[in-house]
Amino acid sequence: MDLLANLALGFGVAVTPINLLYAFIGVLVGTLIGVLPGIGPVATIAMLLPTTYALPPVTALIMLAGIYYGASYGGSTTAILVNLPGEMSSVVTVLDGHQMALQGRAGAALCVAALGSLFAGCVSTFVIAAFAPPLAEMALSFDAAEYFSLMVLGLVSAIALAHGSVLKAVLMTMLGLLLGTVGTDINTSVARFSFDVPELLDGIGFVAMTMGLFAFAEIAVNLEKTEVHNLCASRIDGLWIKWAEFKQAFPAILRGTAIGSALGIIPGGGATLAAFAAYTLEKRVAKDPSRFGKGAIEGVAGPESANNAGAQTSFIPMLTLGIPSNAVMALMVGALIIHDIQPGPDVMKNNPEMFWGLVASMWIGNLMLVVLNLPLVGIWVKLLRVPYRLLFPMILFCCAIGAYSTSNNIFDVWVAVVFGLLGYVFVKLGCEPAPLLLGYILGPMMEENLRRALVLSRGDFSVFVTRPMSLTMLILAGALLALVVAPSIRKKREVVFQDEG
Amino acid sequence: MRRINNPKDFWAGLFFMSFGLAAFLLSRAYAMGDATRMGPGYFPRALGVLLLVFGAVLSVRAVRSAKEPFAAWRLRPLLIVLLSLGIFCVALKWLGLVVSGIALIFIASMASTEFRWKAALVSGAVQSVFAVGLFVYGLKIPLSVWPAFMAGGR
Repeated sequence: MDLLANLALGFGVAVTPINLLYAFIGVLVGTLIGVLPGIGPVATIAMLLPTTYALPPVTALIMLAGIYYGASYGGSTTAILVNLPGEMSSVVTVLDGHQMALQGRAGAALCVAALGSLFAGCVSTFVIAAFAPPLAEMALSFDAAEYFSLMVLGLVSAIALAHGSVLKAVLMTMLGLLLGTVGTDINTSVARFSFDVPELLDGIGFVAMTMGLFAFAEIAVNLEKTEVHNLCASRIDGLWIKWAEFKQAFPAILRGTAIGSALGIIPGGGATLAAFAAYTLEKRVAKDPSRFGKGAIEGVAGPESANNAGAQTSFIPMLTLGIPSNAVMALMVGALIIHDIQPGPDVMKNNPEMFWGLVASMWIGNLMLVVLNLPLVGIWVKLLRVPYRLLFPMILFCCAIGAYSTSNNIFDVWVAVVFGLLGYVFVKLGCEPAPLLLGYILGPMMEENLRRALVLSRGDFSVFVTRPMSLTMLILAGALLALVVAPSIRKKREVVFQDEG
Repeated sequence: MRRINNPKDFWAGLFFMSFGLAAFLLSRAYAMGDATRMGPGYFPRALGVLLLVFGAVLSVRAVRSAKEPFAAWRLRPLLIVLLSLGIFCVALKWLGLVVSGIALIFIASMASTEFRWKAALVSGAVQSVFAVGLFVYGLKIPLSVWPAFMAGGR
């Protein structure tokens, strides 16, 4: 069995003391930021990325991945106990989880969230192990034209699944692609949009950019609101779950895991989308949907399993195709490039120990998370007492040093400041920053593949539609776009009609 | 201005268009090439045009779309946060990590409505010392710790 041999290789890598240590640091930090509202995994990973430069790539990736899936565990804790989702992916957990806590069933809610996540984590580890190799195999036959179309598909699905206006997401993606062209053109060595600034010849530092867009802008927006006081955590009377409750929750865990694994794989998906979809599904299949919102255990079990499954399987397109499906994966691509590993189908062939080590570490990390979150839940709740007025300067300070350390140059901190201002404007104009980051990461690869495809076809644009794989992906992208645009046109029309009527 | 139903989208459209226009104009300096042999100007200029077109669509649609007024902007926190970071950038080289770190944290803390200067000062000092230990001695990031004019600085 190839699968088992590969997993054995992976566990061999993952259980070395240094990798265990960094997996632990990753899930610990992930839980921490998951509990704390006001800082998300994207900003944290950007902040800690520079500290991983000296590590071997697999160790760095293990830690960064731990932050991502760890955050969804921590986020559910606060969602259940204090009615406050620590992360976007736990927003739906609040609905039934906090109701359960109010009814004195906090222990059961926490238990089912953790066990559901653990189960989902185990299953999705196998999903990655089973699906990634054939996908990478297929991608090896891709030519420049297929890659270009694949990136179009990736960007379109990210746009389609973004919150809010589709048109704004399209524009943000384009702006990201444009920002990606800053720096020296690899084909002609012409410096583009560098304004004679030597630091810009290598392009805009993406760590600094991410910090500005995600950390600084969010802090500025948060500070506009007045601080929430007296977060009152519900009491936890023992961490147990009744057998009857577990029997009720188990099918929801299964469904959540399935839907989460599926939604994680598609570009644009990930933890948040998976959680929302799972909640909708649970409500749909329930015999009595009116129980939802009043403490239905399925409403915790489904989304919590789904967000963990989705977080993990979203590594599949990143590791096998080199296409990041969300902002966190875009950062992972950046991290790999910093370590001189070009993400794509070759990763599995050339760095099998890295690929399988990461997969195995997720399984270990999930075990650690259950221990961290169930017995130690009280400590995390106490952390919520740290007021934001002390927390946000700390984030700023860490980001500033982190940005500086990417190239030991103060210029990167200035870049972060500029993008902080831009990010604030984006928030105020209702534009999601995630598509911009995806565009920025994919921009150079997209331009390169576009050029290569057209050189091979002697300038004939039809190459993208005459090659079957490329055509399929473009049709998929078109269909997806049509699907999301259509209802919004209808809605707009209704509004116009209402205005006139 | 009263006629624009969704000023948010309207200004967002103009914002994107300004980037598109800048990209279009600036990329005229780079060779365009043709589809077979794309020059460095081809991709950016295409993006510039796309940003102009789609930005215009967004703005034009905003005039007649559903009414959605602007939320109030409170610029004070943003400006203080950016100012504190800017001061950190300028100060780091001359004053070292400890002083500029305390300055960053102290000034940034003023952005909160519940600023307490003693707590901000203490937290700044504690974090700066911690940062020196972690980043300078632990991760060996080349940063000066003390002001340049003080002897014995690292």
